[in-house]
This record gives sequence, C-alpha cells and structure tokens, in this order.
Amino acid sequence: MPEYTLRIRRYSPESGEAAHWDDFEIDLDGHRSVLDGILQAKDRQDGSIGIRCSCRAAICGSCGVRINGKPNLACHMHLDKACEDAPDGVIVVEPMGNMPVLKDLIVDMDAVHWKKMRRVTPWLLPDGDPPEREYIVAPESMIDITQTMACIQCGACVSDCLSMEVDPLFIGPAALAKAYRFVGDPRDGQHEERLRDLAEDPHGIYDCTHCFNCIEACPKGVAPMSQIMRLRRIASADHGIEDRNNGYRHEHAFVKNIEKNGLLHEADLLPDSYGGKFHPRAVPELVTSLPVILRALQRGKVTPAGALLHKHKASKEVKRIFRDVHDREERYELNLYVVGEEEDDNPPSMHADAAGSQLPAERSPNQ
Amino acid sequence: MPVHDVLIIGAGLAGQRAALAAARAGATVAIMSKVHPVRSHSNAAAGGINAALNPDDSWESHAFDTVKGSDYLGDQDAIEIMCREAPNEVLWLEHAGVTFHRSAEGKLGTRAFGGASAARTYYIADITGQALLHVLYEQLMKHHEQIDRYEEWFITGLAQDDEGNCVGAIARNIRDGAMELFTAKSTILASGGAGQCFKPTTNALICTGDGIAQAYRIGAPLMDMEMIQYHPTTLQGNGILITEGARGEGAHLYNAEGERFMEKYAPNKMELASRDVVSRAEQTEINEGRGFPDGTVALDITKVPRKRTLEALREIVNIGRDFAGVDITREPIRIRPGCHYIMGGVKADINGATSIPGLYAAGEVACVSVHGGNRLGANSLLDTLIFGRRSGEHAAARAAGMPAITASRAQVRDQEREIADLMNRSGGRRVSEIRDELGTMMNEKVAVFRDHAGLTEAHEVVRRLKDEARFATIDDRGTVFNQDVLGALELGYMLDVAECIVVGALERRESRGAQFRTDFPKRNDDEWLKHIDLSMNGGDAPKVSYSPVTITKWEPQERTY
Ligand SMILES: Cc1cc2nc3c(=O)[nH]c(=O)nc-3n(C[C@H](O)[C@H](O)[C@H](O)COP(=O)(O)OP(=O)(O)OC[C@H]3O[C@@H](n4cnc5c(N)ncnc54)[C@H](O)[C@@H]3O)c2cc1C
Ligand code: SF4
Ligand code: SF4
Ligand code: FES
Repeated sequence: MPEYTLRIRRYSPESGEAAHWDDFEIDLDGHRSVLDGILQAKDRQDGSIGIRCSCRAAICGSCGVRINGKPNLACHMHLDKACEDAPDGVIVVEPMGNMPVLKDLIVDMDAVHWKKMRRVTPWLLPDGDPPEREYIVAPESMIDITQTMACIQCGACVSDCLSMEVDPLFIGPAALAKAYRFVGDPRDGQHEERLRDLAEDPHGIYDCTHCFNCIEACPKGVAPMSQIMRLRRIASADHGIEDRNNGYRHEHAFVKNIEKNGLLHEADLLPDSYGGKFHPRAVPELVTSLPVILRALQRGKVTPAGALLHKHKASKEVKRIFRDVHDREERYELNLYVVGEEEDDNPPSMHADAAGSQLPAERSPNQ
Repeated sequence: MPVHDVLIIGAGLAGQRAALAAARAGATVAIMSKVHPVRSHSNAAAGGINAALNPDDSWESHAFDTVKGSDYLGDQDAIEIMCREAPNEVLWLEHAGVTFHRSAEGKLGTRAFGGASAARTYYIADITGQALLHVLYEQLMKHHEQIDRYEEWFITGLAQDDEGNCVGAIARNIRDGAMELFTAKSTILASGGAGQCFKPTTNALICTGDGIAQAYRIGAPLMDMEMIQYHPTTLQGNGILITEGARGEGAHLYNAEGERFMEKYAPNKMELASRDVVSRAEQTEINEGRGFPDGTVALDITKVPRKRTLEALREIVNIGRDFAGVDITREPIRIRPGCHYIMGGVKADINGATSIPGLYAAGEVACVSVHGGNRLGANSLLDTLIFGRRSGEHAAARAAGMPAITASRAQVRDQEREIADLMNRSGGRRVSEIRDELGTMMNEKVAVFRDHAGLTEAHEVVRRLKDEARFATIDDRGTVFNQDVLGALELGYMLDVAECIVVGALERRESRGAQFRTDFPKRNDDEWLKHIDLSMNGGDAPKVSYSPVTITKWEPQERTY
C-alpha cells in the first residue's frame, strides 16, 4: 500500500511547550481521505492527536483544517491529491485560521464562528401567525435558499477570509450566507430590517473585499461571497438602503464604473463612490483615501496615466450583459440546486469551482 | 452543580425536538451533546421524512406500511400515534422554517420511498436531515433563555438516587476535562444509535451506543436488540451511504451478469421493496457468485434524468465523485448491503418513559417499538421528532409536579476514579485495536445472514474483548480535548451493546425482518411474535425475558413485495 507522510501541527496548552510539527508515516490507498490518514496515525501511533471528526463524509462539518495551507475538510481531500499539492510531497495539516487554537487541529469555533452566526438573528421571523397548512411559496425560492442551507458550518470560509484577518469584527462569510437564507426566504417578515442592520453595521455586508477566498474554500458550494453580493443588491436595488458607511454608493460606483469602462477603472472608483470627483463630499474622503490610491499606484494596479485618461470603454459585450441583467425579472440565480437543462452539453459542474465560474464578469477586472 | 427541570442527553433531532417541546411546556431545560449539536448524526439523513399529509393519502395507509415493514414486530399503538401525528409535525417544521421541496403550486412536494404504498416522503434536496437539524438549531438559539446548551460535554453515566430514580447525569467537559453532576427531575436520553459496533457502517464515528449502554447499566431493559438494519446501498470499504432516494427517483439494481435481479425477489415493488428484502436479495446474488469480484452489485442511477439527479440527488453526485470516483449521472456505482440502523434500543412507552422512573428515551437510542424487525426509509426522522416531542412534553409535565430532588456527588467521584485508572494503565492492547476487531467480527457474523454457530462464536469474541478492554491502554494523559479517554469509554459502551445484539440474535430462533437465521429460515408467529427484552445481569451475559407485541388493527399476514 502506498505510504504518505503527514506533517501535523501540534499544540497542547497544558504542556507549556510552543506549537511544533510532528511527522507521521501512514499506509493507505490514495483515494482515502486525509482524515483517514490522521485517524490511522491516531489509532496506531499517537492517540493524543486532537481533531474533531464524525461523519467521514463531508456532512457534519467537524473536520475543517488547513491542508498544505488551504482550508478544507480533512475528510474531503484525497491523500493522493493532497500529496500532489504538497511542495515536497509531505502533506501539511494545520488548524484553521482566524480562530484561536484549543489543541492541535481543534479551534475555538464558538468564540468566532458561532458568535458571528448569532449576530445575524439566525431564525425565521415570520409576520403574524402561521397559516393552517404550509406556507405557499414559489418552488424556486426554496431551491434558491437551499444553496445556503447546504452550509455545514465547518468554518473553512472563515478560516481564510481576508477581511476578517484585517477586521476581526467582520460578520464574515458563513454568517452572512446564513443571513441570505432568511432574506431569500419569502416566509420571513423582516427582510428590510435584516438588510438595513447588515448594511449599517460597519462590519456588515459592505466589509467584504471580494477576495473570493470563501468561494474557493467552501466544500459545499455555498459560495458565501455570492450570497453577500446578493444581499447588497437586494439591499440597494429592492429596498434602496443607503448605509452610513457608504457601502451602497461604493457598490453602485463599482457597477457603473464597469458598465462604463468595461473593466474596473480603479482611479474613478473612489471619487465615484462619493458622488463623483467634484462632489464636495469626495474631497475629504479622497484625502483620507490617498494611501489606498498610492498603494494601488505602487502595485501597478493604477498607472498615473490611466488614472487621468479614460483608456477603457466598455465593449458592446459588457453593455449587453448589463442590459440582460437589468432586464431580468427573476432574481434566482444559477446555483447548485438550480441547474442547467438536461440537454446541456456543458452542464455546470457540481463542484465548488462551478460557483466560482458563475462569476467571471466580476472576477476578470482584477486579474 | 447545574440544576434543571429537564436534562436532555444528545442534540440530534430527537434531543433538540424534546428540548423545544419541554421549554414550550414551561420547563427549564439543559441540552447536552458530545459534539456541537449540528454535528449530530441526524445531519446524515439524506432521503426525507414520511407523513400522510396529502388529502388522498391516509395515516392508516402509512401505519399499515410501517406495520408490514416491521414484519409485524412493531407495536401498533405506537405506530398509530406516529403516523397520525406525522402530518402536524411536518407542518410544524415547515412553520419553523424548514425549506421543504415544493410542488409547482408552491405546496409541499413528495418523493417515493421504499416499502411505501404512496409517495409520502417530504424532503429538502438530499440534505433533509441536515436542513431539519440546522433549522431546529436555529430554534434552539432563538429560545436560548429557556434552554441552556452544553456543547461538547460527554455524559459518562446516569445518576440515580437511593430509590432508583434517575436524577440526572454525570458529564465531562471535553474542553477542560472537568466532571460535573447535572441534576434534573426528568432526564431524556436522545443519544442516537450504535452503528460503530459494526465495521464498515454508514454511521458516524460518534454513534457508539453510549446511551443504550448507560441505561442498561442502571437497569433499564433493552428491546429488539437483534434487529440491525443493513442498508441495501452502501459503498464498499468505507460504508458511506447512497440514499434510498436514488431508488425512489427510479434507479435500478443489476448483478454482474446485467440482470435486474429484484424481479426474482420482489416482482411488484422491485427496488422499492423493504430494505431487509433488498439487502438479502443483494447478498444472495453476491454469495451465489453473481456479484462483482469486490463483493458488490451495481446501482444504476443513469436511469434517472440527469437534470433531476443534479437537482434532487446532488449530495450523492458528490459522494460518488469524492468517495468512489464515479460520476453517477453517467455510469453505475458499485454498492453492497452495509450496517445502517439499530431498530432496538432502550425500551420506552409511547410517551418515551422507560422502566426507570425519571428516565425517558427518544430517537434511535430508544425502542418504542415503531420499527419492529425492519425500519422503513424516512420513518426514523419521523420517529425522532414525534417521540422526541412527546417525551419532552411528558418529561416537563412530570417535573412540574415535583419537589426539588437531591443527588449525591459520590457517583461523580466514582467516575473520576474510573477515568484516572484508565489514564494510568499500561501494557494492554490499544483501544483502537479492540474496536476494529469488534467491528470487523460483527460485520462477518452478525450481518444479513446469521446462524447459531456464527453467533455463538461472536458471543465468545465479545466476551474476550470485554476482558481485554478492562486493561486496554491509551496515550493521552491530558485534560483538554482528551479524545483518547472518550474513545476508551465509548469502546466499553459498544461492547455492552454488541453483546446484547448477539444475545438477542441467538435467542430469536426464527427469521423476521432484519434477522435472517439460515438455520431457522421461516417466520414463526406461534413462538416468536414477541419482543426479546434484555437486562443487565451483573457481569454475566444479559438476562432474557419477553414482552408481547401490541396488535390493534392489523393481524399478521405473509409479507410479500
Ligand atoms: C447515512 C444515514 C442516512 C439516513 N437517512 C435517513 C433518512 O433519509 N430518513 C430517515 O428517516 N432516517 C434516516 N437515517 C436514520 C436517522 O438519521 C437517524 O436514525 C436519526 O437521525 C437519529 O437521530 P437521533 O436524534 O436519535 O440521534 P443522533 O442524531 O445520532 O444524535 C445523537 C446525539 O447524542 C449525542 N451523544 C451521544 N452520546 C453522547 C454522550 N455520551 N454524551 C453526550 N452526548 C452524547 C450526540 O452528540 C448527538 O448530539 C439515516 C441514517 C444514516 C446513518
Ligand atoms: S470574499 Fe469577502 S467574505 Fe469572502 S473571504 Fe473574501 S472578504 Fe471574506
Ligand atoms: S459556507 Fe461553506 S465553508 Fe463556510 S461554513 Fe458553510 S459550508 Fe463551511
Ligand atoms: S468528518 Fe464530518 S465533515 Fe469531515
């Protein structure tokens, strides 16, 4: 049987020792999971290795870890694949990020993940008494929110959320995806209140930086970032919520900018967010944002010439996409449960990356 | 020492439903689980939940299917209650926020399931259990003022007063190893099944029969323990389940010769016959050399329209891809019967009460018995919810009329000592070794086909493993997340449960439901239309007694599909 080496990050608060790495040799077929590997090491070599696990089938959400630096479920990653991805063939397993480590691979989900979950009032708040029988709702609406119901609360998205790294108070991808589960649920009676709350909170829906990490991390295709973007669209378009934090105008400026230029024209984005370069509100804000613009210049994201001259003009294709979206009445989006036609030669694949590939238009500007 | 009216052990569907019902009845409630509640094994239920909610369906039809599915071992009074109350329960869930699949008119929609005479299974794609569990947890968070949650606490034993009443439980805080006595006027066991006694199994690693053994150890009788369901469609090797929803949606079974073999065994219901029938058919094909070399037959889901599969069976599309490397929308997948569910458990009445005053049991840990010899698909979630709710209500009512109770901390000290001993041992076999030997042996000798010789041998092995477990050793000596200690305690529970399964199977000298004895291949109503009850008998094998099956409307008939 093939052999693999697991390098596990160990930490025991009782030992008084600093965190360190231990290597374990295991022999298992390559199609078995990293979790199977860890359990073999635990069974045969060291019973004190700490990892939460239960279902072994990517359903219970217990075994979130980082494998070779990337968040995933240990039971959802094959050993052969993990070995391929490892720089020197040694599979590196460490606890998830953005949450305090309790022991070895076990993190304090309650202090971070669940606390944030409770922040979004995570239960249905219907108006009035329930009907005698079931609520009658469009079948698509239930399928639509089933994508967020598919969340197993594993924390993989939280682990690598860029905004949360910078702002630990950010409500974060999993909890905001949960919020969409209610905002998208026609039985809930507090859509506007929920959205206003999440928009006004400086750590709310406008605190996400579009980094896509959560979409890549999620083993269940929940695509938290897409849910956050939908919350923003519904907040602004359906409820006209203009938040104190300027997130709404920033969002609008972003969209208008792409519609106009075809690509994101970053130099215009900030002033546009504040009502255009010559709007009085823009002046102090531009001054405080100067470091951002300077950094953008440094990283070559904005060239001085580009900042001044509008080189890009939106192609017909981009304009057409915008027209299509504006004209679309239905807001249900293609998701893992609303899939292409049977005859599709190229149906959307059922993997998390399908969720990413739904969004090429949003992603390409930054490439 | 935390004090509550009602203490609930386990936070799967049964436990959470009980907590909500008890809180609604005005009790102070604690709910405790060794894993975070949403990690409970209920989340694995893919297929759905049964209820005769359609105007053209009836609870009597649901009840009859259940009675027949149970091979007439189910208690019909309990089955009637379950099926009668099912429609309201499903509506309650819908009102609480469950995102059930809808028909085109926006009403609740159904799918077909095995052993049922109407399509009465309600579902959420193929994440039914997960969606139910997460919505109930939403409700637990909502009612946090009445319900205290103790997440990642491990119950090590039930507490009793001098009169033998159950007065709570002793628990270990997994985070720091502290032991605590939780007292309560009523205690509800909702700690799930014991599939880990078998290897492989569809059950999660946490399904180690803790509650069954803990109740048994304080004298509660267990019932129907021989009835272990082998699910017809599990993956070879790791035992992961392919939901019955696949067959409900129209998938077929073939042997290696390309024959749709169910034609021989259940010409009417074909793949949708009862699980015991389908599992036996598969095992017969495999044993007689018509399976594939790896001991499997083929499940062909390509018969189901691709769009429908992607929409309604997405989870098994993922499972096929991730755990078997097969695209089930394009090719058949190899499956075999695998250990899935324990019909037996702690003997409980229709209100969840066990024979120990103050102790209730609901869900897979309990045996009411609504499943008898064989559980129908999508009836277990229903069982957890109906009897979870009923025991929550009754436990709260019992507590309401009671003065404060007292419990002695001596029991905590006993358990502390036991754990200290365990940590100081050296030189014995590893816990994991004993566990693996037990599971592999049970899956060989106490599986779909059983006989006297095999069962006798199985009993000897379990007795030996019990001796070895007393000296088994572990590595971790710490207090924070010491999973090694918990593993050793769980092994003890599994061995008690395994012994009861084997003794029950040896005792029942007939074939009924999931129990097929090759040496007694016929059902024998004259002698065996009765439950086998097992009680703890010191350190010896359990004591056997019998109790009658309750029959209301449906006299036993021959069972064909
Ligand atoms: C793969 C799979 C698919 C299934 N599909 C279906 C289906 O489609 N329809 C259907 O009706 N049924 C299905 N079932 C069966 C059904 O899921 C279970 O029988 C049911 O969910 C059991 O629920 P429960 O609440 O009794 O226990 P569980 O959900 O198992 O919960 C047990 C709880 O007890 C806690 N616990 C256990 N021991 C201790 C301890 N020592 N200390 C503290 N806490 C403890 C656990 O942490 C957990 O919270 C399926 C089962 C499996 C394995
Ligand atoms: S896209 Fe937003 S929510 Fe998702 S990881 Fe990045 S910053 Fe966090
Ligand atoms: S959104 Fe995905 S990654 Fe995040 S907690 Fe839920 S399942 Fe895990
Ligand atoms: S063990 Fe359940 S998700 Fe990995």
